[in-house]
Amino acid sequence: MSLILDHVNYIYGGDTALAVHALKDINLVIPDGQFIGLIGHTGSGKSTLVQHLNGLIKPTSGGVYFNGEDIHAEDYDKKKLRSKVGLVFQYPEHQLFEIDVFTDVCFGPKNLGLSRKETELRAYAALKQVGLEDEYFYQSPFDLSGGQKRRVAIAGVLAMKPEILVLDEPTAGLDPKGRDEILDQVAKLKEETGITVILVSHSMEDVAKYVERIIVMNKGSVLYDDAPKEVFRHYRELEQVGLAAPQVTYIMEALRAKGLPVAADATTIEEAKQEILRALGKERR
Amino acid sequence: MIVNRFLQKDNNMGIIKTDKLVFEYIRRDEEGNVEGITRAVDEVDIDVKQGDFVAILGHNGSGKSTLAKHINAILYPTEGAVWVDGMNTADEKDIWNIRQEAGMVFQNPDNQIIGQVVEEDVGFGPENMGVPTEEIWQRVEESLKAVGMYEFRKHSPNKLSGGQKQRVSIAGVIAMHPKCIILDEPTAMLDPNGRKEVVRAVRALNDVEGITIVLITHYMEEIIHADKVFVMDKGKVAMEGTPREIFSQVEKLKELRLDVPQVTLLAHELQKSGIDLPDGILTIDELVQALSRVSQVMQKCKERR
Repeated sequence: MSLILDHVNYIYGGDTALAVHALKDINLVIPDGQFIGLIGHTGSGKSTLVQHLNGLIKPTSGGVYFNGEDIHAEDYDKKKLRSKVGLVFQYPEHQLFEIDVFTDVCFGPKNLGLSRKETELRAYAALKQVGLEDEYFYQSPFDLSGGQKRRVAIAGVLAMKPEILVLDEPTAGLDPKGRDEILDQVAKLKEETGITVILVSHSMEDVAKYVERIIVMNKGSVLYDDAPKEVFRHYRELEQVGLAAPQVTYIMEALRAKGLPVAADATTIEEAKQEILRALGKERR
Repeated sequence: MIVNRFLQKDNNMGIIKTDKLVFEYIRRDEEGNVEGITRAVDEVDIDVKQGDFVAILGHNGSGKSTLAKHINAILYPTEGAVWVDGMNTADEKDIWNIRQEAGMVFQNPDNQIIGQVVEEDVGFGPENMGVPTEEIWQRVEESLKAVGMYEFRKHSPNKLSGGQKQRVSIAGVIAMHPKCIILDEPTAMLDPNGRKEVVRAVRALNDVEGITIVLITHYMEEIIHADKVFVMDKGKVAMEGTPREIFSQVEKLKELRLDVPQVTLLAHELQKSGIDLPDGILTIDELVQALSRVSQVMQKCKERR
């Protein structure tokens, strides 16, 4: 069970003078149950890549395979694919439209042709998964706070029971607490259900804290595809492509330059704290 | 609009001043019946001096954007008053002067850019103000240079990156020669580089041109150089002080759904583990200096033993 991109190329406006080669020979394997971060500067091809994952756009050349089947084969059921690979776009709360929260979340499963009972069970489960309290279920989605709206929108996708959940900048514009709440909730969901999560983010700190694998896009190609520690080791190269490492990485580098014997590969506050305490403790002995 | 005559202007006031500012909006159901009243801004007194860099923090729904929209008369106070450069925003005759003096930049650059070419977009504001053509071009040139976008003047805005677009939006405001600029989460949609570019441009405007800045953001690292920070909660100013004073209170900020820069948080965590560090460390340099002192002290203790 996996999603494979095999030599995927995508060209916007191929037969015009303004052709843009947006994806260049992308080869990726996305196995079950991984928490993946997808990073890259604006215009690096992240969103184009993401839209290939559920067949919203078709590669100019190359193939996309879901569980071993070519998703662009003539007899392939794309509707089913889209329930299996759930995309949550940027500012998903703009897509809320129903009279109350519960009905909005029911929209997806209802369109899958499920029975009313199954639809409602799924909607209920999905709203619980994103941690929304029962008291909000029959409120208009437009009366909720930014963070709550966004959770309702994510629940709408979860109610389709996807195997892969793609979140395109789910925390943009949220306050720090709202940001942590959503990402904690997603991490918990991943733990409990074993769902694959692909997090598109501009926050290196968030990516470092949550994911186990980072894919870095630059100019339509995959620049790095590795564990966060390995990727952030290349912080100078990341800066050159419009990205950065988490602030912690820079702190550790500066401490090393000053002669404190810390390992430079800490990427989260907790790791950095342990590493600094260890380094200071070592001197104490 | 009734101007409250009891709230008189005082002559020493700053460029932006609010006096017991209250803003309420009426919630209505689908039939238009009144459901209730929400007080989005609740008796806020702020005073911003000419040339200051002021940051406003606060969780979603804390009232910071509502407050900001009062500064260039997009919203009017329900009670209290707002003065911009001595002009009461409730005074209709001054409204265009106020909007020219207090420019606003919003979150999404794509909603603010209207021109087909960068320089046209930047010229839109002064053109509407009736500035003579010759001077418009001068202003466009100055403004684009101030944000480092002059070389892109002939480009189409939709080919620019998010950070570049946002800097064009800022240039569009500068071209109107404002005394202050209010930026409402200008970096929320940008990648790390775009954020850096915008913050650098904003700081330069403040340092070099002396333009008063009011920056609203959820990124704590962006405001460590601010002169003053206001933290909003439930429509009120919950905290007020220098970045160092504010960020020393890690636990209180967390209660207000906020955060501190990573370096500050790391220093706070190390403090809790018994390392002797000063409160409110804001930069990597400060932390490195402090830690190397700690390490030297430990070294000496060891030698003495």
